[in-house]
Amino acid sequence: MPPASDPPVSPAVIVTGLVKQFGRFAALRSVSAEFAPGRLYAILGDNGAGKTTLLRALAGLTPPTRGTISMLGTSDLRSVCGQLGYMAHPSLLYDEMSGMENLGYFARLYDVSNKDQRCADVIRAVKLDPSLARPVGQYSQGMRQRMSLARALLNDPKILLLDEPFSNVDLRSAREMVSLLTGLRDTGKTIFVVTHQASLLEGAADEFVWMDAGQIVSRTPDLAARLETL
Amino acid sequence: MSTVPSLTRATLAKDLRLEWRSKDAINSMLFFSLLVVVIFSFSFDPTAEESRRIAGGLVWVAFLFAAVVALNQTWAREMRNQVLDAYRVSPAPPNALFLAKVIGNFIFVTVLQALMTPLFIVFYNLRALGPAYQLPIVAALGTWALVVNGTFFAAMSLRTRSREIMLPLLLFPISIPALLAMVEATGAILTGEFSAKFWIVLLAAYDLVFTIASLFLFGFVLQAE
Repeated sequence: MPPASDPPVSPAVIVTGLVKQFGRFAALRSVSAEFAPGRLYAILGDNGAGKTTLLRALAGLTPPTRGTISMLGTSDLRSVCGQLGYMAHPSLLYDEMSGMENLGYFARLYDVSNKDQRCADVIRAVKLDPSLARPVGQYSQGMRQRMSLARALLNDPKILLLDEPFSNVDLRSAREMVSLLTGLRDTGKTIFVVTHQASLLEGAADEFVWMDAGQIVSRTPDLAARLETL
Repeated sequence: MSTVPSLTRATLAKDLRLEWRSKDAINSMLFFSLLVVVIFSFSFDPTAEESRRIAGGLVWVAFLFAAVVALNQTWAREMRNQVLDAYRVSPAPPNALFLAKVIGNFIFVTVLQALMTPLFIVFYNLRALGPAYQLPIVAALGTWALVVNGTFFAAMSLRTRSREIMLPLLLFPISIPALLAMVEATGAILTGEFSAKFWIVLLAAYDLVFTIASLFLFGFVLQAE
């Protein structure tokens, strides 16, 4: 009798022939890839490589010019947006409101149950104080980044899309964020991190996805393998 | 599951809180309307009779221009830190956002009207010779017409390079029937020379048509790049 093997796991995200053009400029040029669930992907590349456009397309913010995106088994991204967490380069927070007020509002959008408790929990998870009454506009850049991550985690998403989460964050806080992300990955979440600070994710990311000129040019399990070829 | 009314309430409460803290919209609207009242009162020296004839136009043009200031502010707030993207990626229905913005703008413009109307009365020596109870109805319907279209077109011009110019360019032509109805109805009530009922019905119909059309189309506007 053949040995029992694990059933094949269907990909969390499938991208097929994805093209995104802004006028005559092609930001994504026929990107096709599959991403397994419960893994942490670091998306790397130079400025203008198409990383942010890919992330925005996955979030449903940038409709593709051509090609399809399938997420959690459906190509109707609107139907799964409640299971998605998105953190952009800007904070996506209201400067005039405190962290709890901001998250309280977004919790309503996602119909989060027991919202006060959940908001306080995610704020603590990113090592901030939920009782901080200061408006977000008066936070340091690093605190704002962490609050932004807390907002993305609010709805306990299955897929996390993070654009430059470590920019302007001090090294210790960045390492704490990486540790939080690996913990989330271990609970089965699929995480995409666009970053220029690849070394932070060394040993944490399951795969490094390299982009150049709107295409995925390489996928390597470790950072050094790709760096040697450059 | 959150419903459109509950999300509208949450978004409206958030907008009122932001306005209470920043006072961006109300301050600029008040300042602008005050300028119009004072400058016009110095420019003309009308008799009470003439005032009643021109006041309808004067009042509504002042409120229209002032409303444009608030309408630009309401979406500019969502563009700071790209907060609008957080709404776009959420499962919340676009209509809840639109309704909250319309109701918020309606409240701001109504507060402005409540503050400015006594000044108009004093500066232009106004007194209604027709049925004065119709004035609040005209004010409410007229304000709704301005803000429902204004909120929609402000959202449409959000990503254009010169949105401060684009909004009046889009809004004013389409508001002409409503503006005409508001001016004629107000004039009719102030002078008492003819009935305002036709204009009030026209205004109500205009509000109904444009509210339904805006609610239907706003989802496309919100998801557009």
